[in-house]
Amino acid sequence: MVENTIHATQAIVTLDVALPGIIWGWMITLNMWAKSIGTGVILVGAFLLYRHKKEEMPNLRWIMPLISFIALNVFLLFTLVDLHQPYRMINIFLHPNWTSAITVGAWMASLFTGLVTVMMLIGGFDAFPDFRKHCAVGKSVRGISGFYEKIFPFVVFLAIPVTLYTAIIMAESSARELWQAPAEVMQMMWAALLAGSSALILVSDSWSKETRRDLALILAIATFFSFMMYMGEYFFSFKSAEAEATLAFVHSGGSYNVEFWFGMVLGFIIPFFLAVSNMKSENKTLLRFAAILALVGLYLAKDVWLKIPQMLPLS
Amino acid sequence: MKLGFLVDLNLCMGCKGCEIACKVENEVPLSSWRLRVKYIDIGTFPDASRSFTPLRCNHCENAPCERICPVSALHYLENGIVNVDNERCIGCAGCMMACPYGAIYMDPETNTADKCTYCAHRIESGMMPACVVACPVEANIFGDVEDDTSHISQYIMGHQGGIQVRKPEKHTNPKHYYVGGGTYTLDPLAHQRIEGYSLFTNITHLEAVGDKNHGVLDRFLAPFTGHGKLDNKSLIESATDAESHEQEGGH
Ligand code: SF4
Ligand code: SF4
Ligand code: SF4
Repeated sequence: MVENTIHATQAIVTLDVALPGIIWGWMITLNMWAKSIGTGVILVGAFLLYRHKKEEMPNLRWIMPLISFIALNVFLLFTLVDLHQPYRMINIFLHPNWTSAITVGAWMASLFTGLVTVMMLIGGFDAFPDFRKHCAVGKSVRGISGFYEKIFPFVVFLAIPVTLYTAIIMAESSARELWQAPAEVMQMMWAALLAGSSALILVSDSWSKETRRDLALILAIATFFSFMMYMGEYFFSFKSAEAEATLAFVHSGGSYNVEFWFGMVLGFIIPFFLAVSNMKSENKTLLRFAAILALVGLYLAKDVWLKIPQMLPLS
Repeated sequence: MKLGFLVDLNLCMGCKGCEIACKVENEVPLSSWRLRVKYIDIGTFPDASRSFTPLRCNHCENAPCERICPVSALHYLENGIVNVDNERCIGCAGCMMACPYGAIYMDPETNTADKCTYCAHRIESGMMPACVVACPVEANIFGDVEDDTSHISQYIMGHQGGIQVRKPEKHTNPKHYYVGGGTYTLDPLAHQRIEGYSLFTNITHLEAVGDKNHGVLDRFLAPFTGHGKLDNKSLIESATDAESHEQEGGH
């Protein structure tokens, strides 16, 4: 960076073209946010099933894949809608370029969504036998209940790379130095645990107290570490000229400064304290409130982090 | 064979001949550029000077745009050119996020990514790139950088120590060199990019990426209904009644 503050050295662009601003906008934020829910409920659900008896969470078997299915479809829809040539999405499968995290991610996410759909159908038919009777698919898949438990471990395993691959896309976005692979990988993981626990808190009304305490614990840990990582990156992430320039712009009150702090307070600080207090004395309403705040705050934080490095001129 | 470019900034006089020649040769739509000449004013009047820097794709040997493209629409040619196949491009804009030089644009007419191809179609038939031919002072030099006898190699050897590329720390190995460059001209963070000083245009952010006249739904309907008539004329019309969008602001 050259000193620009004295008259003799100031350099100003006096003729050039306008540059693209935000290239990946709110649709990509929504895409990442929804994916965090879609994979997070599977990861957190698996943890609950490992720790507790199924009977303590009577509806988990069908509602977990159902939430995941809905979130993954929002994610896939906005992935598609954000393409300037949506019908050519098929080219990812016909002409895959395997060095691209977009390709690897699209293949994994499609497989993951397929398996979650199967789990949702089996879980739904088992939970609602009447529905099975009236549904042609339901009749033909009688007797495959056990398949759910067979594929579940694989789905849990797959949820990890599906949640992480976006971090690698961000790392492959070499023009945006703010996004570094190790930090983004951890942020994606915390986002999945945060979103997964929040989404399950919202449907845990009939579950045992202990399961809800576990959900509160996961939410508290995820919000704490996510906040710590954002703080570390926001204040001390001066690893390169471009990351520094991006952050200096936001620090100085540039666009997204307010949104960033809203995200931090709503999404991480308040839910953290609500979740911690909930582990001592349970208050379902407050915990639900924490879950909703965390989901809103996560969206804001992701949105800022996605957009700010795109404000920088690259040439 | 590895084709490369060299611009001698000591010769460049900012006439923008190359910019126009490129626009015409490649029918680059309004609001998009494969090559642009950036003016930077240094110092304060009367002790001020103006520099000109032509900027185009570097045809990186280790190209992040090629790596991130999910469908290999961006691909290497044998002569080192990083080419783009806009019949295959899905318009994900991954390449625009990956190219450290902002060399790629989303063509508003085709809604696919495009960029300087070193005029691959002209090279194929033995011609020089359009921008090279247009340059009145021969500041643009083009040729095989692996052939020691080529003009460009000779020029590089003749200016040893004075050759620069943009952002070498990115390890993209650009095949586009500059003579007479400096931090001011080659590093986008070394100069201010603010509205109010520019000669004719807005220099901060474009209003849209790709086709701004058609929304998301149109992208789905376009194959059936067509995109209507979207050409330079309709782009001019929409540009004249558009408000300026400066609120995002550069810095
Ligand atoms: S300059 Fe950008 S578009 Fe050109 S090859 Fe390098 S990364 Fe790709
Ligand atoms: S926009 Fe087109 S060329 Fe660019 S990465 Fe996506 S598919 Fe490849
Ligand atoms: S080589 Fe061709 S495409 Fe590239 S800047 Fe020159 S005229 Fe434009």
